[in-house]
Amino acid sequence: MKETPLYARHAALGATIVDFGGWAMPVQYTNVIEEHRTTREKAGLFDICHMGEFTVKGSQVFDFLQWVLSRNIADQEVGQVKLSVLTNEQGGIVDDLTVYKFADDHYMLVTNAGTKDKDLAWLQKAQADKGFDVTIEDISDATGKLDFQGPAAESVLQQITRDDLKPVKFYGFIETEVLGMPAIVSRSGYTGEDGFEIYADSTRIGEIWDEILRLGTAAGVAPIGLGARDTLRLECGMNLYGHEINDEITPLEGRYGWVTDLGKDFIGVEVLRKQKEAGVPRKLVGFEMVGRGIAREHYPISKDGQPIGMVSSGTFAPTVNKAIGMAHLKPEYCAEGTEIDIEIRGKHVAAKVVKLPFYKRS
Amino acid sequence: MAKPNPTDLKYTKEHEWAKDNGDGTVTMGITDHAQELLTDIVFVELPAVGKQVEQGKQLAVVESVKSVSDVYASVSGEVIEVNTDLENQPELINADAFTGGWICKIKMTNPADLNALMDAAAYDALIKE
Repeated sequence: MKETPLYARHAALGATIVDFGGWAMPVQYTNVIEEHRTTREKAGLFDICHMGEFTVKGSQVFDFLQWVLSRNIADQEVGQVKLSVLTNEQGGIVDDLTVYKFADDHYMLVTNAGTKDKDLAWLQKAQADKGFDVTIEDISDATGKLDFQGPAAESVLQQITRDDLKPVKFYGFIETEVLGMPAIVSRSGYTGEDGFEIYADSTRIGEIWDEILRLGTAAGVAPIGLGARDTLRLECGMNLYGHEINDEITPLEGRYGWVTDLGKDFIGVEVLRKQKEAGVPRKLVGFEMVGRGIAREHYPISKDGQPIGMVSSGTFAPTVNKAIGMAHLKPEYCAEGTEIDIEIRGKHVAAKVVKLPFYKRS
Repeated sequence: MAKPNPTDLKYTKEHEWAKDNGDGTVTMGITDHAQELLTDIVFVELPAVGKQVEQGKQLAVVESVKSVSDVYASVSGEVIEVNTDLENQPELINADAFTGGWICKIKMTNPADLNALMDAAAYDALIKE
């Protein structure tokens, strides 16, 4: 398994380490519920060095990105981050990713860890096919990434950041210095809390990690594993690649219609236009358990004995204090309040479709 | 750190404990070591009272936020009582695995089943490995 630059720190903290997409990652340091609450109530620090970063530069960067991304980025300004998806010819999702704009001819793409190599090959092929004048560089190994999320994050991070963080808007970013080293800081994340994603030299990212934990001690800041990262994102109804979305699920099926502009040309758009017209065969919804039990990924869902879909993610959600999940269902069963049955170890347990997200920061 | 394993209990390799009640019945649950590995227990699926169970076969299910784990019967017999407190307070197993977190009582069909289980010293050695 690959190790991030922070691996020795996780081991020293006594974290439980698991294989996540080929990376040895901390799933929890204490326990998931405690880490989840720390993030919502104080702030949590996450090692996200495993994720991929590519720079894309050149005279035709804009045209290239418009061709590979479902989202129309024409209105994206320098200093803004946009969530988008890469689509394949069948309209399926190659990956969901964030797009950072540094200049008209310079962007950065931040990808999932497990899909990074696939994404790079996909982007290189798309470039070669059409001969776009762009240079794609994989800077993942040189780039360290920390997510620092929760109400206490800004005041702690500000102490070691050169520029004022207050003016950085949600899904905005700055090029600044953190602990005196060049860094990119965006106000964004995957937890539903206010917080930041921090990018800096992977050989020195550990210094930032250590300093945030030291400065944050009094505020209750703690390191958070992937277990709580998953419950935090699920409470917010956010997708996880390989679960809610994959190469065979389209953005229209996967609650990514809002980042899909069928009015522009991009890879797979014809398929998506047809799907939009004909109607999607399945939709992604949120559900909560009514009967006793916790639904887990791949559990079958039925209605009146007929199969209607499958759970994509399910867990016990610490903040909403319920067993919840997301599922792909036939569209006629997606209305809020629809009663469904989830098969748990051979027994049908009642659940109902509910509105997403389960949790919204007040 | 896990609580010490009580010397009046017997143990399985799968981290269940069993207490001989001296009247042909056994009370059982999972060990403190097991709950430490599972961490935050959020759901327990109890067996039905009256169910016939077989030593080493699936009896109950314990779920943490992240994982689903089977609990195996420590002896063969009939389930005669279950700890219904766990339905609303599954975290009792985290707090008190050896007492308040008991899972069920089994009326043994073969009391010799207990001889196949480990004593506390043997279980201590197993979890130190």
